[in-house]
Amino acid sequence: MNQTTLAAALLDPGLPCPPGLTTWNGSDPTRRLAVHRNNIVVSLIDALSATFPVTRQFVGDDFFHAMARTFVHRQPPTSPVMAFYGAALPDFIASFVPAQALPCLPDLARLEMARLHACHAADAALVSREDIGAALATDTPICELVIACHPSVQVLRSAHAVVSLWAAHQDDALLEQLGELDVTRPESAVVLRQAGDAVVLPVPLGVAVFTQSLLHHRPLAHASAEAQASDQHFDLAAALQLLLTQGAVSSISPPIRHTP
Amino acid sequence: MPARAGLGLKPQHMSDVLTQCPDIGFFEVHAENHMVAGGPLHHLLGCVRERYPLSLHGVGLSIGGEAPLDEAHLRRLHDLIERYEPAVFSEHLAWSSHGGHFLNDLLPLPYDSDTLHRVCNHVDQTQCHLRRPILLENPATYLAFSSSTFSEADFLGEVVRRTGCGLLLDLNNVHVSCTNHGLDAEAYIDALPLHAVGEVHLAGHAVDEDAVGAPLLIDHHGSPVDDAVWHLHERLIARLGPLPTLLERDNNVPCLATLLSEAARAERTLMHWTPA
Repeated sequence: MNQTTLAAALLDPGLPCPPGLTTWNGSDPTRRLAVHRNNIVVSLIDALSATFPVTRQFVGDDFFHAMARTFVHRQPPTSPVMAFYGAALPDFIASFVPAQALPCLPDLARLEMARLHACHAADAALVSREDIGAALATDTPICELVIACHPSVQVLRSAHAVVSLWAAHQDDALLEQLGELDVTRPESAVVLRQAGDAVVLPVPLGVAVFTQSLLHHRPLAHASAEAQASDQHFDLAAALQLLLTQGAVSSISPPIRHTP
Repeated sequence: MPARAGLGLKPQHMSDVLTQCPDIGFFEVHAENHMVAGGPLHHLLGCVRERYPLSLHGVGLSIGGEAPLDEAHLRRLHDLIERYEPAVFSEHLAWSSHGGHFLNDLLPLPYDSDTLHRVCNHVDQTQCHLRRPILLENPATYLAFSSSTFSEADFLGEVVRRTGCGLLLDLNNVHVSCTNHGLDAEAYIDALPLHAVGEVHLAGHAVDEDAVGAPLLIDHHGSPVDDAVWHLHERLIARLGPLPTLLERDNNVPCLATLLSEAARAERTLMHWTPA
Protein backbone atom coordinates (compact mmCIF):
# COMPACT_ATOMS: atom_id res chain seq x y z
CA MET A 1 0.00 0.00 0.00
CA ASN A 2 1.33 3.43 -0.91
CA GLN A 3 0.67 6.86 0.57
CA THR A 4 -1.80 7.70 -2.21
CA THR A 5 -4.07 4.90 -1.01
CA LEU A 6 -3.64 5.75 2.65
CA ALA A 7 -4.12 9.51 2.12
CA ALA A 8 -7.35 8.83 0.18
CA ALA A 9 -8.65 6.60 2.99
CA LEU A 10 -7.71 9.23 5.59
CA LEU A 11 -9.52 12.04 3.79
CA ASP A 12 -12.62 9.99 2.95
CA PRO A 13 -14.04 8.08 5.93
CA GLY A 14 -16.43 6.37 3.51
CA LEU A 15 -13.55 4.39 2.00
CA PRO A 16 -12.65 1.02 3.58
CA CYS A 17 -9.47 0.60 5.61
CA PRO A 18 -6.71 -0.13 3.05
CA PRO A 19 -5.16 -3.63 3.02
CA GLY A 20 -1.67 -4.00 4.46
CA LEU A 21 -2.41 -2.36 7.81
CA THR A 22 -2.04 -4.71 10.77
CA THR A 23 -2.45 -4.74 14.52
CA TRP A 24 -0.50 -6.77 17.09
CA ASN A 25 -3.63 -8.36 18.54
CA GLY A 26 -5.51 -8.99 15.32
CA SER A 27 -8.08 -6.27 16.10
CA ASP A 28 -9.76 -4.44 13.20
CA PRO A 29 -7.31 -1.71 12.08
CA THR A 30 -10.25 0.50 11.02
CA ARG A 31 -10.65 1.59 14.64
CA ARG A 32 -6.98 2.65 14.75
CA LEU A 33 -7.14 4.34 11.35
CA ALA A 34 -10.00 6.37 12.83
CA VAL A 35 -7.53 7.97 15.26
CA HIS A 36 -5.75 9.59 12.31
CA ARG A 37 -9.00 10.41 10.50
CA ASN A 38 -10.19 12.14 13.65
CA ASN A 39 -6.86 13.93 14.26
CA ILE A 40 -6.92 15.39 10.77
CA VAL A 41 -10.52 16.62 10.75
CA VAL A 42 -10.63 17.85 14.35
CA SER A 43 -7.29 19.68 14.14
CA LEU A 44 -8.38 21.44 10.94
CA ILE A 45 -11.78 22.39 12.35
CA ASP A 46 -10.01 23.70 15.47
CA ALA A 47 -7.69 25.77 13.28
CA LEU A 48 -10.69 27.31 11.50
CA SER A 49 -12.46 27.92 14.83
CA ALA A 50 -9.42 29.82 16.06
CA THR A 51 -9.29 31.96 12.91
CA PHE A 52 -13.03 32.73 12.78
CA PRO A 53 -14.19 33.09 16.42
CA VAL A 54 -16.91 35.67 15.68
CA THR A 55 -18.25 33.78 12.67
CA ARG A 56 -18.44 30.71 14.90
CA GLN A 57 -20.15 32.60 17.73
CA PHE A 58 -22.61 34.20 15.31
CA VAL A 59 -23.82 30.91 13.77
CA GLY A 60 -23.26 28.74 16.85
CA ASP A 61 -20.79 25.90 17.42
CA ASP A 62 -22.90 23.17 15.81
CA PHE A 63 -23.50 25.04 12.56
CA PHE A 64 -19.89 26.23 12.37
CA HIS A 65 -18.50 22.74 12.97
CA ALA A 66 -20.75 21.21 10.32
CA MET A 67 -19.78 23.94 7.84
CA ALA A 68 -16.08 23.67 8.70
CA ARG A 69 -16.20 19.88 8.37
CA THR A 70 -17.60 20.19 4.85
CA PHE A 71 -14.94 22.78 3.98
CA VAL A 72 -12.15 20.58 5.39
CA HIS A 73 -13.24 17.65 3.23
CA ARG A 74 -13.58 19.78 0.09
CA GLN A 75 -10.48 21.93 0.58
CA PRO A 76 -7.85 20.31 2.79
CA PRO A 77 -4.76 22.48 3.39
CA THR A 78 -2.16 22.66 0.65
CA SER A 79 0.65 24.02 2.84
CA PRO A 80 2.17 23.02 6.18
CA VAL A 81 1.96 26.70 7.16
CA MET A 82 -1.46 26.64 8.76
CA ALA A 83 -1.76 30.33 9.73
CA PHE A 84 -3.72 31.16 6.57
CA TYR A 85 -5.68 27.93 6.19
CA GLY A 86 -9.18 29.27 5.97
CA ALA A 87 -8.39 32.08 3.53
CA ALA A 88 -10.79 30.32 1.15
CA LEU A 89 -13.51 29.82 3.79
CA PRO A 90 -15.38 33.11 3.10
CA ASP A 91 -15.87 32.21 -0.58
CA PHE A 92 -16.86 28.70 0.46
CA ILE A 93 -19.46 30.12 2.86
CA ALA A 94 -20.90 32.20 0.01
CA SER A 95 -21.58 28.98 -1.90
CA PHE A 96 -22.60 26.88 1.14
CA VAL A 97 -26.33 26.37 0.71
CA PRO A 98 -27.24 26.11 4.43
CA ALA A 99 -25.62 29.54 4.98
CA GLN A 100 -27.67 31.31 2.28
CA ALA A 101 -30.11 32.59 4.92
CA LEU A 102 -27.24 34.65 6.38
CA PRO A 103 -25.97 36.74 3.43
CA CYS A 104 -23.69 38.76 5.75
CA LEU A 105 -21.75 35.66 6.79
CA PRO A 106 -19.09 35.59 4.00
CA ASP A 107 -18.11 39.21 4.71
CA LEU A 108 -18.07 38.63 8.47
CA ALA A 109 -15.57 35.83 7.80
CA ARG A 110 -13.64 38.10 5.38
CA LEU A 111 -13.31 40.69 8.15
CA GLU A 112 -11.85 38.05 10.48
CA MET A 113 -9.45 36.91 7.75
CA ALA A 114 -8.41 40.55 7.18
CA ARG A 115 -7.55 40.79 10.89
CA LEU A 116 -5.39 37.67 10.60
CA HIS A 117 -3.56 39.05 7.55
CA ALA A 118 -3.03 42.36 9.35
CA CYS A 119 -1.66 40.56 12.40
CA HIS A 120 0.94 38.54 10.48
CA ALA A 121 1.88 41.04 7.76
CA ALA A 122 5.48 42.18 7.34
CA ASP A 123 6.91 44.79 9.69
CA ALA A 124 7.65 48.23 8.25
CA ALA A 125 8.46 51.66 9.63
CA LEU A 126 5.73 54.32 9.52
CA VAL A 127 6.17 57.51 7.57
CA SER A 128 7.82 60.29 9.62
CA ARG A 129 7.21 64.04 9.64
CA GLU A 130 10.58 64.41 7.92
CA ASP A 131 9.53 61.97 5.16
CA ILE A 132 6.36 63.96 4.58
CA GLY A 133 8.31 67.24 4.52
CA ALA A 134 10.81 65.80 2.06
CA ALA A 135 8.04 64.54 -0.26
CA LEU A 136 6.34 67.93 -0.22
CA ALA A 137 9.65 69.67 -0.96
CA THR A 138 10.16 67.81 -4.25
CA ASP A 139 9.11 69.11 -7.65
CA THR A 140 6.30 66.55 -7.77
CA PRO A 141 2.88 68.13 -7.49
CA ILE A 142 1.08 66.92 -4.35
CA CYS A 143 -1.62 65.28 -6.46
CA GLU A 144 0.98 62.98 -8.05
CA LEU A 145 2.51 61.73 -4.78
CA VAL A 146 2.13 58.05 -4.04
CA ILE A 147 1.19 57.02 -0.53
CA ALA A 148 2.35 53.51 0.40
CA CYS A 149 0.25 51.83 3.05
CA HIS A 150 1.78 49.82 5.87
CA PRO A 151 1.91 46.09 4.83
CA SER A 152 -0.71 45.28 7.49
CA VAL A 153 -3.39 47.51 5.93
CA GLN A 154 -6.47 45.66 4.64
CA VAL A 155 -9.76 47.04 3.37
CA LEU A 156 -13.18 45.49 3.69
CA ARG A 157 -16.25 46.83 1.84
CA SER A 158 -19.48 45.04 2.58
CA ALA A 159 -23.11 45.36 1.58
CA HIS A 160 -23.87 44.33 5.16
CA ALA A 161 -23.24 45.79 8.60
CA VAL A 162 -20.48 43.28 9.36
CA VAL A 163 -18.21 45.88 11.00
CA SER A 164 -20.87 46.62 13.63
CA LEU A 165 -21.65 42.93 13.85
CA TRP A 166 -18.02 42.10 14.54
CA ALA A 167 -17.69 44.95 17.07
CA ALA A 168 -20.79 43.75 18.91
CA HIS A 169 -19.10 40.40 19.51
CA GLN A 170 -16.22 42.16 21.29
CA ASP A 171 -18.47 43.68 23.93
CA ASP A 172 -21.21 41.90 25.93
CA ALA A 173 -23.26 45.10 26.32
CA LEU A 174 -23.28 45.65 22.54
CA LEU A 175 -24.03 41.98 21.94
CA GLU A 176 -27.24 42.29 23.98
CA GLN A 177 -28.42 45.04 21.59
CA LEU A 178 -27.61 42.99 18.49
CA GLY A 179 -31.32 42.65 17.67
CA GLU A 180 -31.51 46.41 16.98
CA LEU A 181 -28.75 46.27 14.36
CA ASP A 182 -29.86 46.73 10.74
CA VAL A 183 -27.63 44.11 9.15
CA THR A 184 -28.66 45.18 5.62
CA ARG A 185 -26.81 48.51 6.00
CA PRO A 186 -23.56 48.65 3.94
CA GLU A 187 -20.39 49.15 5.98
CA SER A 188 -16.66 49.42 5.35
CA ALA A 189 -13.53 49.11 7.46
CA VAL A 190 -9.81 49.61 7.29
CA VAL A 191 -8.02 46.85 9.21
CA LEU A 192 -4.42 47.24 10.32
CA ARG A 193 -1.95 46.34 13.04
CA GLN A 194 -1.31 48.73 15.92
CA ALA A 195 1.16 47.83 18.68
CA GLY A 196 1.01 44.14 17.75
CA ASP A 197 -2.79 43.87 17.60
CA ALA A 198 -5.12 43.86 14.60
CA VAL A 199 -7.47 46.86 14.79
CA VAL A 200 -10.73 47.32 12.90
CA LEU A 201 -11.47 50.97 11.99
CA PRO A 202 -15.03 51.57 10.75
CA VAL A 203 -14.75 54.05 7.86
CA PRO A 204 -17.08 55.68 5.31
CA LEU A 205 -17.17 54.04 1.88
CA GLY A 206 -15.03 56.85 0.39
CA VAL A 207 -12.16 56.21 2.80
CA ALA A 208 -12.31 52.48 2.03
CA VAL A 209 -12.21 53.13 -1.73
CA PHE A 210 -9.40 55.69 -1.26
CA THR A 211 -7.33 53.24 0.80
CA GLN A 212 -7.94 50.44 -1.69
CA SER A 213 -6.75 52.73 -4.46
CA LEU A 214 -3.59 53.56 -2.47
CA LEU A 215 -3.02 49.82 -2.01
CA HIS A 216 -3.03 49.63 -5.83
CA HIS A 217 -0.26 52.31 -5.86
CA ARG A 218 -2.48 54.97 -7.46
CA PRO A 219 -1.26 58.57 -7.10
CA LEU A 220 -3.09 60.79 -4.62
CA ALA A 221 -5.27 62.59 -7.19
CA HIS A 222 -6.34 59.29 -8.79
CA ALA A 223 -7.19 57.69 -5.43
CA SER A 224 -9.06 60.79 -4.34
CA ALA A 225 -11.10 60.90 -7.58
CA GLU A 226 -12.05 57.23 -7.20
CA ALA A 227 -13.14 57.86 -3.62
CA GLN A 228 -15.13 60.95 -4.62
CA ALA A 229 -16.87 59.00 -7.38
CA SER A 230 -18.01 56.35 -4.93
CA ASP A 231 -18.88 58.67 -2.03
CA GLN A 232 -19.85 62.31 -2.55
CA HIS A 233 -19.08 63.06 1.11
CA PHE A 234 -15.46 61.95 0.75
CA ASP A 235 -13.10 64.41 2.48
CA LEU A 236 -9.49 63.98 1.35
CA ALA A 237 -7.95 65.93 4.23
CA ALA A 238 -9.90 63.93 6.81
CA ALA A 239 -9.01 60.66 5.10
CA LEU A 240 -5.30 61.50 5.05
CA GLN A 241 -5.40 62.57 8.68
CA LEU A 242 -7.09 59.32 9.67
CA LEU A 243 -4.61 57.13 7.79
CA LEU A 244 -1.59 59.06 9.13
CA THR A 245 -2.73 59.18 12.76
CA GLN A 246 -3.78 55.52 12.77
CA GLY A 247 -0.40 54.35 11.51
CA ALA A 248 -1.57 53.19 8.08
CA VAL A 249 1.09 54.96 6.01
CA SER A 250 4.65 53.76 5.60
CA SER A 251 5.89 56.19 2.94
CA ILE A 252 4.98 59.18 0.77
CA SER A 253 7.02 59.60 -2.37
CA PRO A 254 6.98 60.75 -5.99
CA PRO A 255 5.75 58.09 -8.43
CA ILE A 256 8.36 55.80 -9.94
CA ARG A 257 8.94 57.05 -13.50
CA HIS A 258 9.26 54.28 -16.06
CA THR A 259 11.78 55.43 -18.64
CA PRO A 260 11.31 53.87 -22.07
CA MET B 1 21.27 23.14 24.59
CA PRO B 2 21.51 22.94 28.39
CA ALA B 3 20.77 19.52 29.92
CA ARG B 4 17.85 21.03 31.77
CA ALA B 5 14.07 20.97 31.62
CA GLY B 6 12.39 23.11 28.95
CA LEU B 7 8.84 24.05 28.04
CA GLY B 8 6.86 24.30 24.83
CA LEU B 9 6.20 28.03 24.41
CA LYS B 10 2.50 28.74 24.05
CA PRO B 11 1.15 32.07 22.71
CA GLN B 12 -1.07 32.49 25.79
CA HIS B 13 2.02 32.32 28.05
CA MET B 14 4.20 34.73 26.10
CA SER B 15 3.56 37.80 28.24
CA ASP B 16 3.92 35.83 31.51
CA VAL B 17 7.22 34.40 30.29
CA LEU B 18 8.54 37.85 29.41
CA THR B 19 7.45 39.49 32.66
CA GLN B 20 8.29 36.61 35.03
CA CYS B 21 11.41 35.31 33.25
CA PRO B 22 11.02 31.86 34.89
CA ASP B 23 14.15 29.83 35.60
CA ILE B 24 13.80 27.27 32.84
CA GLY B 25 16.47 25.68 30.67
CA PHE B 26 15.02 26.41 27.22
CA PHE B 27 11.84 26.95 25.23
CA GLU B 28 10.66 25.04 22.19
CA VAL B 29 8.36 26.30 19.42
CA HIS B 30 6.81 24.67 16.38
CA ALA B 31 8.60 26.07 13.35
CA GLU B 32 5.46 26.25 11.20
CA ASN B 33 3.70 28.52 13.71
CA HIS B 34 6.29 31.21 13.03
CA MET B 35 6.29 31.07 9.24
CA VAL B 36 4.57 34.43 8.84
CA ALA B 37 6.03 37.68 7.49
CA GLY B 38 6.07 39.80 10.64
CA GLY B 39 4.00 41.02 13.56
CA PRO B 40 3.72 39.99 17.20
CA LEU B 41 4.65 36.31 16.76
CA HIS B 42 8.14 37.26 15.59
CA HIS B 43 8.48 40.18 17.96
CA LEU B 44 7.65 38.09 21.03
CA LEU B 45 9.71 35.08 19.95
CA GLY B 46 12.65 37.43 19.41
CA CYS B 47 12.23 38.74 22.98
CA VAL B 48 12.12 35.18 24.37
CA ARG B 49 15.14 34.19 22.28
CA GLU B 50 17.17 37.06 23.80
CA ARG B 51 16.66 35.46 27.22
CA TYR B 52 16.57 31.69 26.59
CA PRO B 53 18.05 28.97 24.40
CA LEU B 54 15.55 27.85 21.76
CA SER B 55 14.68 24.47 20.29
CA LEU B 56 12.93 24.65 16.90
CA HIS B 57 10.57 21.72 16.30
CA GLY B 58 9.23 21.05 12.81
CA VAL B 59 5.86 19.38 12.31
CA GLY B 60 5.36 19.81 8.57
CA LEU B 61 8.40 18.73 6.56
CA SER B 62 6.99 15.25 5.83
CA ILE B 63 10.39 13.55 5.96
CA GLY B 64 8.76 10.16 5.45
CA GLY B 65 6.71 11.35 2.49
CA GLU B 66 6.87 9.53 -0.84
CA ALA B 67 6.91 12.90 -2.60
CA PRO B 68 10.13 14.95 -2.81
CA LEU B 69 10.69 17.33 0.10
CA ASP B 70 9.00 20.71 -0.29
CA GLU B 71 11.90 23.01 -1.19
CA ALA B 72 9.93 26.15 -0.35
CA HIS B 73 9.38 24.69 3.12
CA LEU B 74 13.09 23.92 3.48
CA ARG B 75 13.82 27.55 2.60
CA ARG B 76 11.34 28.74 5.20
CA LEU B 77 13.04 26.53 7.79
CA HIS B 78 16.44 27.82 6.76
CA ASP B 79 15.24 31.43 7.15
CA LEU B 80 13.81 30.77 10.61
CA ILE B 81 17.04 29.09 11.71
CA GLU B 82 19.07 32.05 10.41
CA ARG B 83 16.81 34.44 12.26
CA TYR B 84 16.60 32.72 15.65
CA GLU B 85 19.74 30.56 15.75
CA PRO B 86 18.06 27.72 17.69
CA ALA B 87 20.28 25.29 19.58
CA VAL B 88 18.60 22.37 17.80
CA PHE B 89 16.15 21.68 15.01
CA SER B 90 14.07 18.53 15.14
CA GLU B 91 11.53 16.77 12.92
CA HIS B 92 9.53 13.54 12.94
CA LEU B 93 9.87 10.06 11.51
CA ALA B 94 6.49 10.44 9.80
CA TRP B 95 4.76 11.89 6.76
CA SER B 96 2.09 14.57 6.58
CA SER B 97 1.90 15.80 2.97
CA HIS B 98 0.80 13.94 -0.12
CA GLY B 99 -0.66 14.79 -3.53
CA GLY B 100 -0.53 18.51 -2.87
CA HIS B 101 -2.41 18.22 0.42
CA PHE B 102 -1.11 18.78 3.94
CA LEU B 103 -2.94 16.43 6.31
CA ASN B 104 -1.91 18.13 9.58
CA ASP B 105 -1.15 14.83 11.32
CA LEU B 106 1.99 12.73 11.78
CA LEU B 107 1.28 9.61 9.75
CA PRO B 108 2.90 6.19 10.10
CA LEU B 109 5.43 4.53 7.81
CA PRO B 110 6.16 0.92 6.88
CA TYR B 111 9.64 0.11 8.13
CA ASP B 112 11.17 -1.49 5.03
CA SER B 113 14.23 -0.88 2.87
CA ASP B 114 12.40 1.45 0.45
CA THR B 115 11.26 3.68 3.30
CA LEU B 116 14.73 3.57 4.88
CA HIS B 117 16.34 4.69 1.64
CA ARG B 118 13.82 7.51 1.19
CA VAL B 119 13.95 8.74 4.80
CA CYS B 120 17.76 8.75 4.75
CA ASN B 121 17.76 10.76 1.51
CA HIS B 122 15.32 13.26 2.98
CA VAL B 123 17.29 13.59 6.23
CA ASP B 124 20.49 14.09 4.20
CA GLN B 125 18.81 16.72 2.04
CA THR B 126 17.45 18.53 5.11
CA GLN B 127 20.80 18.50 6.90
CA CYS B 128 22.58 19.79 3.78
CA HIS B 129 20.03 22.53 3.28
CA LEU B 130 20.01 23.61 6.93
CA ARG B 131 23.77 23.04 7.29
CA ARG B 132 23.39 21.29 10.62
CA PRO B 133 22.52 17.84 11.93
CA ILE B 134 18.87 17.47 12.86
CA LEU B 135 17.21 15.42 15.57
CA LEU B 136 14.64 12.88 14.35
CA GLU B 137 11.75 12.07 16.68
CA ASN B 138 10.33 8.59 17.20
CA PRO B 139 6.60 8.67 16.38
CA ALA B 140 3.48 7.74 18.33
CA THR B 141 1.79 5.08 16.22
CA TYR B 142 -1.50 3.21 16.23
CA LEU B 143 -1.11 1.05 13.14
CA ALA B 144 1.55 -1.31 11.82
CA PHE B 145 2.25 -2.41 8.23
CA SER B 146 2.43 -6.00 7.08
CA SER B 147 5.30 -4.94 4.76
CA SER B 148 7.58 -3.81 7.65
CA THR B 149 10.84 -5.74 7.89
CA PHE B 150 12.53 -3.63 10.61
CA SER B 151 11.47 -2.92 14.16
CA GLU B 152 11.04 0.82 14.71
CA ALA B 153 14.08 0.95 17.00
CA ASP B 154 16.27 -0.82 14.43
CA PHE B 155 14.93 1.43 11.68
CA LEU B 156 15.83 4.55 13.70
CA GLY B 157 19.24 3.03 14.42
CA GLU B 158 19.88 2.64 10.70
CA VAL B 159 18.76 6.21 9.92
CA VAL B 160 21.08 7.55 12.64
CA ARG B 161 23.97 5.41 11.42
CA ARG B 162 23.57 6.33 7.75
CA THR B 163 22.80 10.07 8.09
CA GLY B 164 24.57 11.12 11.29
CA CYS B 165 21.36 12.72 12.55
CA GLY B 166 20.55 12.69 16.25
CA LEU B 167 17.52 11.32 18.03
CA LEU B 168 14.76 13.22 19.74
CA LEU B 169 13.52 10.55 22.11
CA ASP B 170 9.86 11.16 22.92
CA LEU B 171 9.19 8.93 25.91
CA ASN B 172 5.44 9.46 25.78
CA ASN B 173 5.53 8.27 22.16
CA VAL B 174 7.53 5.22 23.30
CA HIS B 175 4.94 4.40 25.95
CA VAL B 176 2.01 5.06 23.58
CA SER B 177 3.45 3.04 20.68
CA CYS B 178 4.64 0.14 22.82
CA THR B 179 1.25 -0.12 24.53
CA ASN B 180 -0.51 0.10 21.15
CA HIS B 181 1.66 -2.64 19.62
CA GLY B 182 2.05 -4.95 22.61
CA LEU B 183 5.77 -4.19 23.02
CA ASP B 184 8.00 -3.70 26.06
CA ALA B 185 8.89 0.01 26.35
CA GLU B 186 12.18 -0.56 28.19
CA ALA B 187 13.34 -3.12 25.63
CA TYR B 188 12.36 -0.71 22.83
CA ILE B 189 14.47 2.07 24.40
CA ASP B 190 17.41 -0.25 24.99
CA ALA B 191 17.41 -1.17 21.29
CA LEU B 192 17.71 2.49 20.19
CA PRO B 193 21.03 4.23 19.31
CA LEU B 194 21.00 5.97 22.70
CA HIS B 195 24.35 7.67 22.12
CA ALA B 196 22.55 9.87 19.55
CA VAL B 197 19.83 11.20 21.88
CA GLY B 198 20.04 15.00 21.84
CA GLU B 199 16.71 15.85 23.44
CA VAL B 200 13.89 14.13 25.31
CA HIS B 201 10.17 14.90 25.05
CA LEU B 202 7.63 14.22 27.79
CA ALA B 203 3.88 14.67 27.27
CA GLY B 204 0.48 13.32 28.21
CA HIS B 205 -1.78 10.92 26.35
CA ALA B 206 -5.43 9.87 26.36
CA VAL B 207 -6.61 6.31 26.96
CA ASP B 208 -9.04 4.68 24.54
CA GLU B 209 -9.75 1.13 23.38
CA ASP B 210 -9.13 -0.66 20.12
CA ALA B 211 -11.71 -2.84 18.32
CA VAL B 212 -11.29 -5.74 20.79
CA GLY B 213 -11.17 -3.62 23.92
CA ALA B 214 -7.38 -3.56 24.33
CA PRO B 215 -5.91 -0.24 25.53
CA LEU B 216 -5.29 2.20 22.68
CA LEU B 217 -3.29 5.22 23.86
CA ILE B 218 -3.68 8.47 21.94
CA ASP B 219 -0.81 10.95 21.88
CA HIS B 220 -2.75 14.20 22.48
CA HIS B 221 -0.42 16.45 24.51
CA GLY B 222 -3.47 17.47 26.50
CA SER B 223 -2.85 16.14 30.02
CA PRO B 224 -0.06 15.84 32.60
CA VAL B 225 2.74 13.35 32.00
CA ASP B 226 1.74 9.80 32.99
CA ASP B 227 3.60 8.00 35.80
CA ALA B 228 4.75 5.29 33.38
CA VAL B 229 6.43 7.99 31.26
CA TRP B 230 8.04 9.62 34.31
CA HIS B 231 9.44 6.22 35.16
CA LEU B 232 10.93 5.85 31.66
CA HIS B 233 12.50 9.31 32.06
CA GLU B 234 14.09 8.45 35.41
CA ARG B 235 15.41 5.19 33.99
CA LEU B 236 16.80 6.89 30.88
CA ILE B 237 18.53 9.68 32.79
CA ALA B 238 20.00 7.20 35.29
CA ARG B 239 21.55 5.44 32.32
CA LEU B 240 22.57 8.35 30.05
CA GLY B 241 22.96 11.26 32.45
CA PRO B 242 21.16 14.62 32.18
CA LEU B 243 19.62 15.47 28.78
CA PRO B 244 17.57 18.48 27.62
CA THR B 245 14.02 17.43 28.52
CA LEU B 246 10.97 19.16 27.10
CA LEU B 247 7.50 19.19 28.62
CA GLU B 248 5.04 19.35 25.69
CA ARG B 249 1.49 20.60 26.11
CA ASP B 250 -0.52 21.59 23.06
CA ASN B 251 -4.12 20.98 24.16
CA ASN B 252 -6.00 21.88 27.37
CA VAL B 253 -3.07 24.19 28.08
CA PRO B 254 -3.01 25.13 31.80
CA CYS B 255 -1.45 28.25 33.33
CA LEU B 256 2.30 28.73 33.09
CA ALA B 257 2.82 27.94 36.80
CA THR B 258 1.29 24.46 36.34
CA LEU B 259 3.61 23.69 33.43
CA LEU B 260 6.59 25.06 35.35
CA SER B 261 5.86 22.71 38.25
CA GLU B 262 5.79 19.78 35.81
CA ALA B 263 9.09 20.97 34.36
CA ALA B 264 10.50 21.23 37.88
CA ARG B 265 9.81 17.52 38.39
CA ALA B 266 11.79 16.69 35.25
CA GLU B 267 14.54 19.04 36.41
CA ARG B 268 14.82 17.23 39.76
CA THR B 269 15.51 13.98 37.92
CA LEU B 270 18.21 15.72 35.88
CA MET B 271 19.79 17.45 38.90
CA HIS B 272 19.84 14.37 41.14
CA TRP B 273 21.71 12.26 38.63
CA THR B 274 25.04 11.01 39.90
CA PRO B 275 27.61 9.16 37.78
CA ALA B 276 27.43 5.43 38.40
